[in-house]
Amino acid sequence: MIFDRNTSCVAIATMAVMLGSLGAYVAAQSAEPKEKVIKITAKKFNYTPGEVKLKKGVPVILEFRTQDVLMGFNLPDFNARADIVPGKTTRLRLVPDKTGTFVFLCDVFCGTGHEEMNGKLIVVD
Amino acid sequence: MINEINRRDFLKLAGLGGVVFASGLPGVTLAAGQDDFYFVQLSDTHWGFEGPPNPDAKGTLKKAVAAVNSLERQPDFVMFTGDLTHTTDNPVERRKRLSEFKDIVKELKVKTVRFMPGEHDASLDNGKAFQEFFGATHYTFDHQGVHFIVLDNVSDPRAAIGDEQLKWLAADLKQLKNDAPIVVFTHRPLFDLYPQWDWATRDGAKAVEMLMPYKNVTVFYGHIHQEHHHMTGHIAHHAAKGLMFPLPEAGKAPTRAPIPWDPAQPYKGLGFREVDTDTKTAQCKLTEFPVVKA
Repeated sequence: MIFDRNTSCVAIATMAVMLGSLGAYVAAQSAEPKEKVIKITAKKFNYTPGEVKLKKGVPVILEFRTQDVLMGFNLPDFNARADIVPGKTTRLRLVPDKTGTFVFLCDVFCGTGHEEMNGKLIVVD
Repeated sequence: MINEINRRDFLKLAGLGGVVFASGLPGVTLAAGQDDFYFVQLSDTHWGFEGPPNPDAKGTLKKAVAAVNSLERQPDFVMFTGDLTHTTDNPVERRKRLSEFKDIVKELKVKTVRFMPGEHDASLDNGKAFQEFFGATHYTFDHQGVHFIVLDNVSDPRAAIGDEQLKWLAADLKQLKNDAPIVVFTHRPLFDLYPQWDWATRDGAKAVEMLMPYKNVTVFYGHIHQEHHHMTGHIAHHAAKGLMFPLPEAGKAPTRAPIPWDPAQPYKGLGFREVDTDTKTAQCKLTEFPVVKA
């Protein structure tokens, strides 16, 4: 699921329906001023930062860029994912609805170190 | 001692998933049944890998080939379910590895050997190099009345089968009766085994949904370097051991890093399997083999 400013309204509506029942609400919206934006850079073969700390119930915008090839961001425990396309900024709005430590990973095979390309999302009360 | 034993009975005795080395059972001759045949699945050979998880990285595949050649009755065919080679960012090196792999498996006695790619072979060039050496990445074939479908869920680096191939699958299935015996080969699991380690296919559920109306379907795959068995409804999915390094059980380790080589038990966790297939129902009996006899 890619969410950027070019996403069509139809796609947004479809995604909203698809995601309506998910534990985490991910939507195609521009960053609202009051929501914290966390910039994450993907490059072969890591994310910077590799560890992201969030508060339960507090929405954030995850903003991705890649410095080289097509990458992915997948946070399976929240059914949240995005392609990170070179030259574009990709945004995901996330409202974590549970606490704990969760793995995120690159799910687009990107080279020899792909299988080690992951990070941690830590959600606290 | 029984001097001759029907293969089906032998496999029943061996038990599902039992570790048996047929050539190590003196006095036992295996006779082919009328209503079944068998093939061998090898997977995740990762030719080109080097590192501590396998100090015999250049010898393990050759040992596996020798082990298959030593089976008392040769299988009808051998199927490699992907990751023939270990990934490299260098296209020249990728072709070198594919070529070397091909040369090694030419030593198999079995005349019919089939291949499919894993993400290590195909995801960095959309299967281009693989196709130069082994042809199509998805295809079908029929053997003894069983319909085999090879699905490619790796040439798209996003771990997807893709709409075009799914349409091809739908058209292929449309020709079959709903009780046709069907065996599917994929590299990645078609179900969400453990997405946290990328053990999934993004649109695998669509393929499973298409297969669901058919009564007799079995899926064999690789990718996870260990034996694993799972049911989606009536469809059985069987993952094979790898032939370079084993991986941990899903979620049972902090990462999906290879299990360290154990000098006291070399080649532990590596192996291949025989699949005894019923020609009417595609029900399969599996027998797991080690790379080397204990």
